[in-house]
Amino acid sequence: MTTAAVPTVDSTDKSVRRGRSSRSSTGVGRPGFAWAAPAAAFFGLFALVPLVLVVVLSFTRWNGLGSPEFVGLDNWSRLLDDPVMVKSLWLSLFLTVLGVVVQTPISILLGVWAAGRQRNRAVLSAVYFVPLLLSITAVSVLWRAVLDPNFGVPSEATWLFGDGNLFGTQAGAIGVLVFVSTWQFTPLHTLIYQGAARAVPQVLYQAAQIDGAGTVRQFFHITLPQLRNSIVTSMVLMVVGGLTTFDTVLILTQGGPGNDTTNSAYYMYQKAFKSFDFGAASAIALLLVLVATLVSLAMVRLTGYDKMRSTMEGV
Amino acid sequence: MRGRPNYLAGFGSLIWLFVVGLPLYVLLVATFQSRADYAANGPLAFPERFTLDNYVNDLDQGFAQYFLNTVVVTVAVVGIVLLLVPPLSYAIVRSDGKATGRVFRLFLLGLAIPSQAVIVPMFYLINEAGLYDNLLGVVLPTAAFAMPVCTLILSGVMRDITPELYEAMTVDGATPWRIFLQLVLPLSKSGLSTVVVFSSLQAWNGFLFPLVLTQSSENKVITMGLYDFQTEHGVDIPGLLAAVVLSMLPILLVYLFARRALVQGLMGVGGK
Repeated sequence: MTTAAVPTVDSTDKSVRRGRSSRSSTGVGRPGFAWAAPAAAFFGLFALVPLVLVVVLSFTRWNGLGSPEFVGLDNWSRLLDDPVMVKSLWLSLFLTVLGVVVQTPISILLGVWAAGRQRNRAVLSAVYFVPLLLSITAVSVLWRAVLDPNFGVPSEATWLFGDGNLFGTQAGAIGVLVFVSTWQFTPLHTLIYQGAARAVPQVLYQAAQIDGAGTVRQFFHITLPQLRNSIVTSMVLMVVGGLTTFDTVLILTQGGPGNDTTNSAYYMYQKAFKSFDFGAASAIALLLVLVATLVSLAMVRLTGYDKMRSTMEGV
Repeated sequence: MRGRPNYLAGFGSLIWLFVVGLPLYVLLVATFQSRADYAANGPLAFPERFTLDNYVNDLDQGFAQYFLNTVVVTVAVVGIVLLLVPPLSYAIVRSDGKATGRVFRLFLLGLAIPSQAVIVPMFYLINEAGLYDNLLGVVLPTAAFAMPVCTLILSGVMRDITPELYEAMTVDGATPWRIFLQLVLPLSKSGLSTVVVFSSLQAWNGFLFPLVLTQSSENKVITMGLYDFQTEHGVDIPGLLAAVVLSMLPILLVYLFARRALVQGLMGVGGK
C-alpha cells in the first residue's frame, strides 16, 4: 500500500491551492493546534460539558422545567437513605459479577476453539458473530418475544421452563438479563480470546507434547496462563458494560418484578424521566462515572507493559 | 493449533450454535406467517402459509419513515466524524505542540464516559439549544460519543506512516494541508473505512439518545420504533419480529459483503 500511494503524491503535486495552505502552515510543515481545535470544541461541548454539568446538576433540584435550583448535598443524602438505591447498587454489582462468571468460561472455550484449524470453524464463527451485529434493542425485543410466557418457546417446553413465566420471579428475570447479555456479547470476547490464543507460541505445545501432557493439561497449563492479559481486558469490558446495563433492563423486565431487577442505570433513568427528579438522577449518574473511571484506571494498571513480558515467558 | 482436534470444545461449539441459532430461527419463521397461524402453531413450527404481510404492515405503519430517519442520522453522524476526526488524528500524530497532546488525553478520558452517565445533562443541553425532538439533537451527541474510539483507531493507523515520507514532503516545501491531502489521507484508507463502519453502527444501533431526546413519531429512529412497537402491540409477535428483521437488514447486508471491515469496525480496532 505504501509503495502504491507514493506516485499519487507526486503526480498531483500542482493541484493544491497555495493561498489556502500557507494560512494554516506553521512553517515547518507540521500541523498546528488549529487542526485539533474543531474536534476538541465539538467533543468538549457534547461530551465534556455534560460531564461537568452532571456534577453541577447533582447538587440541584430540577424537574425538567424552569431552572435547576441549588440544594447542596440534599440529593446525595436522600440517595444514601433510599433503600431502592442501595438495592439497585447491589443488583448492578451482582448482575456484573454473574455476567463475568457466565461469559468468561464460554468465551475462552469458544475463542480457543475458534483459534484452531477445524474445517467448519469459519462457517460457525460467521454465525456466532451475528448477535453482536444487532442493536441491543433488537436483541432484547427478540428475546422478549422468544421467551414470551404465552406465545414463546417456554409454552412449548414446560418441562424446562416450569409454568413458563420467567419474568415473574427475581431469579428468572435476573437469569434472562444475564443470559441475553451473554448471548449478545460472547462474540466480542470470543474474538479477543481467539486472537490471543493464536498468538500463543507453538513451541510451548510441542514441548508439552514431548513431556506427554494431554489436551486438558495443555489447556490449563499453557493456554490459560498465556491468555491472562486478554482475560483482564475482556473482564474490564464486561464490568464496565455490566455496570451500565440499561437497554436490556428497560426492554426485558422494566426493572421488575417490583423493583427486583432495577439496577442503578435503570433507576437513574426512572428518577429522571419517570419521576422528573433530575438532581437525584445526576447523582446516580456521577456515581456510575466514578465507578467506570476507577475500573478503567485499574485496567491501565493491570495491563500496562507487562503484556510484552508475558508473551515471551518460558520461550 | 494442536495435532489432535479438541473434541470437548468442538462439542461445546455445537451447543453454542444451537443457543445462537434458536432465536434466529424463531425470528425468521415467525415473520413469514400470520398472527393467527403463529398463535396456533407455536414459535417453533415452520410456516404453512407463507406471507409477507407482516413486513408490508410494518412499513405502512411508520417503519418506512423510521428507517429513513435512521439513515439520515447515520449519514450525518458519519459525516461529522469524517470531517472532525482525520484532522484531529493528523494533529495528534504530527503536531509538536503541547495542547494537542492534552486534547488526545481528553479523548482517552472520553473512552471511559458511558453515555448513560450524561443523559440528564444532555437532555438539559439539547432542550436549551432548542433541539429537543429534532434529529439533529440525536446526531450531535451520537457523533461526539463515537469520536474517542474513532480517534484512537485513526491516530494508530496514521502513526504507522513512516516519518521518511513526511520528511520527504516537508523538504519539498509541502504545507500541512498538502501533506494531509496527498499523503496522510491516501495512506489511512483502511483506518478510515473502520471509522466509517464503527460510527455508522453506533448511529444505526443507538437507542439511549433517541429515547431521551426525541418524542414524536416523525422523528423516531428504528430502535425507538421497535421499542414503541413492543410496548404498544407486544402481543403481535410476527409483526414485532418483522420489524426486528427490518432494523437489522442493512447491517446483515454489509456483513455478507464486507465482513472484514465490519468485524474490525465492531471491535474498534485499526484496519490493517
